[in-house]
Amino acid sequence: MPDHILVPPDHPVPVSFTRAQLEWLPWLEPLAADAMTERHIASLVDAARVKSPYFRLLARNPDALEARTRTDKDIFYNTDAGLPRAERELAAAATSRVNGCIYCASVHARFAATYSKRETDVDHLLDDGVTADLGERWNAIVSASTALTATPIAFGHEHVDRLRRSGLDDLAIADVIHAAAFFNWANRLMLSLGEPTPAPET
Amino acid sequence: MSGSDADVIDRLVGIGPGSPLHAIRLRRPEARTHAQASFRALFAPENPEHMTLPERFAVATFVAGLHGAAEAHAFYAGELAATGASPTVREAVERAIKDARGNGPYGSFPKGPLSREDVAGTVYRMESDTARVLGPRLGAAFAHVHLLVFHPRDAEPAALQALLDAGWSTTDIVTLSQITAFLSFQIRVVAGLRSLAGHS
Repeated sequence: MPDHILVPPDHPVPVSFTRAQLEWLPWLEPLAADAMTERHIASLVDAARVKSPYFRLLARNPDALEARTRTDKDIFYNTDAGLPRAERELAAAATSRVNGCIYCASVHARFAATYSKRETDVDHLLDDGVTADLGERWNAIVSASTALTATPIAFGHEHVDRLRRSGLDDLAIADVIHAAAFFNWANRLMLSLGEPTPAPET
Repeated sequence: MSGSDADVIDRLVGIGPGSPLHAIRLRRPEARTHAQASFRALFAPENPEHMTLPERFAVATFVAGLHGAAEAHAFYAGELAATGASPTVREAVERAIKDARGNGPYGSFPKGPLSREDVAGTVYRMESDTARVLGPRLGAAFAHVHLLVFHPRDAEPAALQALLDAGWSTTDIVTLSQITAFLSFQIRVVAGLRSLAGHS
């Protein structure tokens, strides 16, 4: 059969930002798990990702997927100083909120809430958007992520200065930049290759 | 490719060995290495069968131009020229950039409480002289790239159908999407680090 789009069966569509678990339904055919070569499997980096239609779709270009994934992991999981993990996730959630990626925002709002224990503030960001008042340090991170997400890019010295005044050193500011920039990558793939639906209750 | 494998982000920011930003980037060594590996995978692939190099650099020039990112725009336009793309094609890409510029992100949310945040904006249609030069395959790609750059939340399966209709395979579309999305990252890292370094 020639290449074709996939039309997901009737499903509920999330109409709000949420910390609830969502699933992602592809609009193009992922590789079949049993048809993947060793190279395809290796490009997933984390073998459990073979369950994910998103990663099996991206595995069609394995070199690009593997480099994407290794970039992602270092930006978010490298714990050598810099920005605390919770605030890297905050930058990811804020970026996803601006671009409108309900799926990405759900995952990274959950992480931000888990690591910060500030569920109310995270929900405030999801419900009211990036102008929500989350306290000066979080406001500075959200504002920097928002400016970096605009096209053309609106990020400038004033954002760097505000982050410095909030106590971030240059490595932490570079972490904000990379976390927000990375979600400008991830949001575009998630939004354009498929759509979210609520995960079944477990 | 212009032959060297110098780190593109370093080059576009103007980061030299021994500089403070060089030291900062080395604190996230895997991110630095694999941002460049992403560039290589997308622009110097072992097997470019899913998208020709002129197509890849034409798209990259368009993405950089839409961002108004001067350094990246000049870099990718130079790489497009280095693939042997004709002046006519290169001028058509620049014309498309001028016609397609805008301010993002905009777009609509699924109908419901978020609809009050919907922001209207244009859907790009390539002007006919430009389309004649670039051809239907690249014409369809530019329309999709414009959607991803400025209003990705408006994406829908019909946009992918338009690419399939113009001869893009599923795997080609993955590569096209990765190029656009990766550059949306690379260009922002460059802009952010330039501000951090105190460049204008």
